[in-house]
Amino acid sequence: MLVQIAAAAAAGSIGQAEAQHVHQEVAASKDAVKSATYTPKAFNAHEEKTLRALCERIVPGATQGGAFEYIDLLSSNNGRLAAIYHGGLAWLDHESTQRFQALFVDAKATEQTALLNLIAFRETAASNPGLETGIRFFDWARRMTVDAYYTSAAGIREIGFKGNGALAEFKVPQEAMEYALKRSGLG
Amino acid sequence: MPQILRSTPIHDVVIIGSGAGGGTMTQVLVQLGLKVTILEAGPMLNPAKDYKEHMWPYQVAHRGADPDGAFYFAGSGRYNYFSAPNGSWDIQGEPYTSAPGSNFRWFRSRITGGRTNHYGRIALRFSDYDFKPYSNDGLGTDWPIAYEDLAPYYDKAESFIGVCGSKEGIRSAPDGVFLQGPPPRVHEALIQRSCKKLGIPCIPSRMAILSKAHNGRAACHYCGECNRGCVSASNYSSSQVQIFPAMKTGRVNLINDAMARELITDDSGKVTAVSYIDKITRSEKQIRCRAVVVAASACESSRILLNSKSSRHPNGLSNGSGSVGKFLTDTVASTVTAQVPALEGMPVHNSDGMSIFHVYVPWWEWAKPNKDFPRGYHIEIGGGYRMPSVGAFNSVCRSSQGYGQALKDAIKKDYGTSVTLMGRGEMIPNADSYCEIDSNTVDQWGIPTLRFHFKHSEHELKMVEHMQRNFTAILEGMGGKVARDDRPTADKITAGGAVVHELGTVRMGNDPSTSALNQYCQSHEVKNLFVADAAPFVSNPDKNPTLTIVSLAWRTAEYLAEEMRKGNV
Repeated sequence: MLVQIAAAAAAGSIGQAEAQHVHQEVAASKDAVKSATYTPKAFNAHEEKTLRALCERIVPGATQGGAFEYIDLLSSNNGRLAAIYHGGLAWLDHESTQRFQALFVDAKATEQTALLNLIAFRETAASNPGLETGIRFFDWARRMTVDAYYTSAAGIREIGFKGNGALAEFKVPQEAMEYALKRSGLG
Repeated sequence: MPQILRSTPIHDVVIIGSGAGGGTMTQVLVQLGLKVTILEAGPMLNPAKDYKEHMWPYQVAHRGADPDGAFYFAGSGRYNYFSAPNGSWDIQGEPYTSAPGSNFRWFRSRITGGRTNHYGRIALRFSDYDFKPYSNDGLGTDWPIAYEDLAPYYDKAESFIGVCGSKEGIRSAPDGVFLQGPPPRVHEALIQRSCKKLGIPCIPSRMAILSKAHNGRAACHYCGECNRGCVSASNYSSSQVQIFPAMKTGRVNLINDAMARELITDDSGKVTAVSYIDKITRSEKQIRCRAVVVAASACESSRILLNSKSSRHPNGLSNGSGSVGKFLTDTVASTVTAQVPALEGMPVHNSDGMSIFHVYVPWWEWAKPNKDFPRGYHIEIGGGYRMPSVGAFNSVCRSSQGYGQALKDAIKKDYGTSVTLMGRGEMIPNADSYCEIDSNTVDQWGIPTLRFHFKHSEHELKMVEHMQRNFTAILEGMGGKVARDDRPTADKITAGGAVVHELGTVRMGNDPSTSALNQYCQSHEVKNLFVADAAPFVSNPDKNPTLTIVSLAWRTAEYLAEEMRKGNV
């Protein structure tokens, strides 16, 4: 499709309608790519289950958004990331077992929440010695889960991004301009 | 002379490099009836295949972080995956070194069109005072030309490539031949008003982007990702706007994957041939020519001259002055970001527009006496509802922490509310900033590599303090919240080379004992040798260099063609 747009451009005849059509085509072909089954490259079955559960708790919808596949791909090609995730997931099971006598995925939802509440905030490290490892790991998992989700089609829709299209003219909605000017006190 | 040379034809002009300088030389020389051969160190560009324009991040499994997750570890050494291809600070097999205590990052682009495929399309004329820095404040060196010498070529360049802007009558931002630009985005309108309160000008950007069809190229369709390359050539790139059209005349011979090694001279001191490596076959080639134009990018051009040693030219070619490699500069860059509550909850809309910013702040204190630093800077602006990308929400993750719906809410609330001001200032050439041949190290082609020395002075530190103060004032003037930044000033300057405005090192001048080139960018010592990139620049004013590279090359091309016609070259 980029070939078409380039050819049209070379002919000096590219219209906004054609360009918009091309953008939509790209979006459609994208959604079709999703495969039904996925074979992990870096993680074993238990790690996969744990990581999928963790990603989904961090950002609801993230598994649909491909967060597990994203982290798995990058970890399979990067020893530092692999160590962070293998180690982090093992830590999560260890801590969960210590506290609840159950692996993370087998713990009750309320127990999972209690553990996540401890590692999702840096401030808790001071009063809970020994949590630094978990906090550092959670930082990585949160950062990469957010990256995966908000670069997925669902995440981009959810955030409301309206661009990457083709416009004949660039205009700013009057209501947006008035809203910000009023709130800034500069209007 | 080896067989290889005797058997080959003699080309009119060989141009080394196909970026803004090489592309302009090609366009103008071909228009004037000459035949040119371009040696480009990278592959051919195919915009339809190579540009990632309009690609969504989810179209690649790694979302732009690279399959090995390099995004999370490489920091500034990595180039945006979605940008137009084949440029980086690190190129496999083509190393360079920094001297102890120096940290210089050398960007190279190896592809037809070079960096013009991805650059920001900012198109600023130098001001009249920029050509006479020594006369103004006793620092640096005056150019051998004045604004009036280049003005007709700025006109030609803008008329040909198409530049948006508005006539403002501001001395630090000379007016040009402009197309109408787009209106300000919401955050830009706030900045304009905040600047107005502070008495700071904030005017429509000057960008090499088309708001209407021009010279057979389509108008911009406002997708806001110019750095990815533009399949409709609605912005300037030397590849699409100059070289491809020139190739249709049949007078251009473009040789790709051709890495120039050295220039070969005869007993009369003229260049007779260029030696290069054919990267595909890893074989030595030589090409004969009547004249050569070195346009390989500032430091690469120095490297070629310095490596062209012979008994006749023991310090390298055109280097009797010893000035080649000296006076290397890069733009002084510093940034302040604010979160702007006035933008929270605004109806999300398409703010892509043209490239990065529709308005900018030209330098405003050029007439102010007794400043504590010389020269000045301009301000570029970032903000709006950008296409989500890896890392885009990292700062809100760090500040909000947590997880689940609360994290999602924080991200949604924060989206589009960050505004960044980026200073782009003038660095004064100094004796501690230069490049030289590191004869102990060669690249994979056997060509000796460069070693960089780079140091900012008190002037740059003072300028950055001025930037930080004023950026904070502008952002706070629109209600923005600026996070406290306790780093020392030296850490608030972007590393040398990181802005990719490195220039100087083969400078022009009237005095052959202190400069390598005359006012037409012709070697003082080798009459058929010309340089056409940012290497001839005598100073590095606070204006992005591309428009001046194009205009200066245009002037050089006309001079070269005339000298060849007269038989002087």
